[in-house]
Amino acid sequence: MSSLKKSKLSASAVRDYFSFPLVTAAFFIITFMSSHDMLNKRMQGLLVPVCCYIVMALSLNLTVGIMGELSLGHAGFMSLGAFTGVVVSQSLIDSVPNDILRLVIAIVAGALIAAVGGFLIGLPVLRLRGDYLAIVTLAFGEIIMDIVNCLIVGHDKNGLHIIFNFKGEKTVADLNLAENGTAIIKGAQGAVGTKTIATFTAGFLIIMLTLFLVLSFIRSRTGRAVLAIRDNRIAAESMGVNVMKYKMIAFVLSTTLAGMAGALYGLNFNMISADKFNFNTSILVLVFVVLGGLGNMLGSIIAATVLYILPEALRGLADYRMLMYAIVLILVMLATNNPKVRNLFVKILPKRKSKEGAQ
Amino acid sequence: MKTFEKGKMVPMPSTALIPERDLGKIPVLECYHLGIEFGGLKAVDDFNFTVGKTEIAGLIGPNGAGKTTVFNLLTKVYQPTHGTIMVNGQDTTGKNTVQLSKMGVARTFQNIRLFTDMTVEDNVRVGLHNQVKYPTACGMLRIPPFYKKEKEFHERAMDLLSIFGMQDMADVKAGNLPYGAQRRLEIVRALATDPKLLLLDEPAAGMNPNETGELMENIVKIRDEFQIAVLLIEHDMKLVMGICEGICVLNFGKIIAKGTAEEIQSNPEVIKAYLGNNSMEG
Repeated sequence: MSSLKKSKLSASAVRDYFSFPLVTAAFFIITFMSSHDMLNKRMQGLLVPVCCYIVMALSLNLTVGIMGELSLGHAGFMSLGAFTGVVVSQSLIDSVPNDILRLVIAIVAGALIAAVGGFLIGLPVLRLRGDYLAIVTLAFGEIIMDIVNCLIVGHDKNGLHIIFNFKGEKTVADLNLAENGTAIIKGAQGAVGTKTIATFTAGFLIIMLTLFLVLSFIRSRTGRAVLAIRDNRIAAESMGVNVMKYKMIAFVLSTTLAGMAGALYGLNFNMISADKFNFNTSILVLVFVVLGGLGNMLGSIIAATVLYILPEALRGLADYRMLMYAIVLILVMLATNNPKVRNLFVKILPKRKSKEGAQ
Repeated sequence: MKTFEKGKMVPMPSTALIPERDLGKIPVLECYHLGIEFGGLKAVDDFNFTVGKTEIAGLIGPNGAGKTTVFNLLTKVYQPTHGTIMVNGQDTTGKNTVQLSKMGVARTFQNIRLFTDMTVEDNVRVGLHNQVKYPTACGMLRIPPFYKKEKEFHERAMDLLSIFGMQDMADVKAGNLPYGAQRRLEIVRALATDPKLLLLDEPAAGMNPNETGELMENIVKIRDEFQIAVLLIEHDMKLVMGICEGICVLNFGKIIAKGTAEEIQSNPEVIKAYLGNNSMEG
């Protein structure tokens, strides 16, 4: 502990930077396991989604933990990224045959569109004080879901064809696709026939990129301004910090990362519908963030991993698995928030006591 | 107790009093008929006041007189409903808190408003926000000039903390500081914005006589070193009478007296405001 005290990094910085080797180690262990057939098929299928949800948790933690605003429609930004990614990837399938390059382009496109969405939402809402962001993002998530449900997109040699099926009378035939044209998004069915190009390695790289961006953001001039606004808005303003501007930067960064995660997620499945990104998904990610600890990036990563895999791992318990899930949630909350349980931990683990004293 | 050299107060053409050494320089603060109404209640009414370029001025008055409201008007936390505020000869009408900070008005708060979850040094770094700048992208991608500018942040923050000898506490969370240190940190943070006018809202509240004495010396030292004006609200009369050159007394939102410490102490209106009518008669 004495070495920790002497070093210039605070305990939270040590914890944050510890995420990099931890994620890297986990990646190599899992890659090793999967190449030696130690993971079953179901677990293999979970690898990319877990990566996406980790990025989502990190991204939402930036909004909730660092900026101090609630977003209840983060899945909406994920959805924007996912369907943009799918459309871009499917339309470039002939012109960019390289899967990796196409994946990168799709992720960048998804991130950009989600960034634009975040900017448009933030423009009116971040001017206000109070819980308006939560309300508006909640509505945004639902609106995006409905819009994608009406969306019919196809691609042929003439380019992209997009129609909106608001009245429920149009079908893929209305796209008037040329020969060899393919429908990419078929309304309520969602994206169908997507060539899956997402890989676990890409997921790992996106997590590392997100971690790097978020952690260096927090420890920069801009990040300090955002933290200052969270801690005390009036004091930050009187220090000359432009509240609207810095909230906007943080929020757009957060939605950009959500778009990235969405694009990777969308390209991991043959078919995906807009209902996948509903209110429940937003809340699921919020649960990861809250249980992992607000502003605690390593906590978000661990919470997202454990809580996403847990329901699948408990599949053997059949009907009882959601019950177990709930019990685990309650136990985690007790362990992190109840002073009695905390004291118990302090008594059991003498090392932890000295660590808390040092903080 | 050390005695402080106060400037001789002389009237300007506008009849406002400022220290003689500041004559011929643009006053850092001029308020004309400043006022604000909250639904018919005149919290501050017809407030006329001038602070010279390097003056230490005091704003006193009984509880609820509207002193903090004046500070909130000066920093545009509230938009005044009447009158104008001039900072360094520039009109501030229509400006917001951030713009006032950039014009050189910095403040501390009566109920301390530190960034409690951030370290002492980071608090000062937020104060330096508009002094040291680099693009957001440089910070996020850790590319130059990030490291150079962060070094400058560190050096300037340490310099400022050394005013109160707080360099050792740089890595402590601001919320964990003792009360007196929190008040001092607020002053350091305000100084970091490179102000022309420093507004101190009850800087000595909760301090013992020794600490107050030290604070008085430090306020004068800050004025001399940075050549800035200080306007302070304070209930500790020893501090106010000890260092303030011009004093303004506020009661029920109106100015009841202006002048030097001696003039204020013997002003019957002021005594009435503080002690009530009966004691005057008795």
